[in-house]
Amino acid sequence: MKCSVPNGVNTSAHIGWCPGCGHGIIARLVAEAAQALGIEDRIIMVEDVACGEFAQNVLQFNSIGAAHGRPIITAAGAKRVRPDAIVIAHPGDGSAYSIGMESTIHCALRNENILALVVNNSVFGMTGGQMSPTSLPNMKTTSSPHGRDVTKNGNIFDAMKVLSQLDIAYLARGSVESPAQVIKTGKMIQKALEKQMNNEGFCLVEVLSPCPTNWNLTPQEALEFMKEQEKYFQLGEFVDKGGK
Amino acid sequence: MSKIVLSLERCKGCHLCVSVCPTKALTPSGELGEKGYETVRVDEEKCVQCGSCYRMCPDYVIEIL
Ligand SMILES: Cc1ncc(C[n+]2csc(CCOP(=O)(O)OP(=O)(O)O)c2C)c(N)n1
Ligand code: SF4
Ligand code: SF4
Ligand code: SF4
Repeated sequence: MKCSVPNGVNTSAHIGWCPGCGHGIIARLVAEAAQALGIEDRIIMVEDVACGEFAQNVLQFNSIGAAHGRPIITAAGAKRVRPDAIVIAHPGDGSAYSIGMESTIHCALRNENILALVVNNSVFGMTGGQMSPTSLPNMKTTSSPHGRDVTKNGNIFDAMKVLSQLDIAYLARGSVESPAQVIKTGKMIQKALEKQMNNEGFCLVEVLSPCPTNWNLTPQEALEFMKEQEKYFQLGEFVDKGGK
Repeated sequence: MSKIVLSLERCKGCHLCVSVCPTKALTPSGELGEKGYETVRVDEEKCVQCGSCYRMCPDYVIEIL
């Protein structure tokens, strides 16, 4: 089987992510999907102020650096003024479901024709591993050193349960926990981009991703921990509307 | 014939590729690479070119060309 790094990835760039971080795998999936669809020149990535933004070095696509929590709403604006562009917001779980929750929900309510690609590593990665809305019950983080207590800190946020109630084009959750899941996740991203090309509306693909540094685990242990993550966050497609 | 090619100057020693290799063709090399992490080595005899290591490598080290 031939496997070559897609053209959109600049392999001579500085790759800023920690060893074993899932962000690098997910960036490659974006470039593979763009290459398969022949849309590399049309892509605008909208990055966050968080670990995902290292994709600006790696991916050779046009990009915008949004404020933290604002990639999804900024992507919606970019798409409105550049309707021919293929716009991908690239926030983390902290960005999309905490500080930027209202952007996520209202862009979905308006069925903005963009892809929100949310990298869910169950922590605020860049700032040192604080608890995020998707930290697992009892998960130890720097801001929940005794473990997340759902009676005090609230229940975990499952975007699939909430957004599946809304009138959007596509909603799916993948994972980079194994090669098989990486393949499935790549297909989800490609499908969402095709939907944007067909003007179908809001697509959100969440990808479970390891953060070995802030989980205080080796990269191997982090893959094991992802099986725990998958117990709380079901994988699959939750909304898949036909074309308009 | 295709061939597994490693660009080890990018390797960060996470060994995710080692974990997912179904034939144990990939093993830790015992040597530090340019980035200061322990790289990997491949036994081409054992490699069945399944692509699993390519898919899991976060640093675009591995290709099958
Ligand atoms: C307005 C604003 N508030 C807070 C921050 C600090 N900050 C930077 S990244 C981040 C959270 C990152 O977590 P997440 O969005 O899950 O992405 P990750 O780094 O885990 O990929 C925070 C709180 C900021 N940069 N700007
Ligand atoms: S802190 Fe976590 S999410 Fe950020 S680069 Fe490191 S492993 Fe990846
Ligand atoms: S997965 Fe990539 S970066 Fe990690 S050890 Fe293997 S070759 Fe090196
Ligand atoms: S291609 Fe498959 S068999 Fe060959 S080294 Fe990679 S994971 Fe192992």
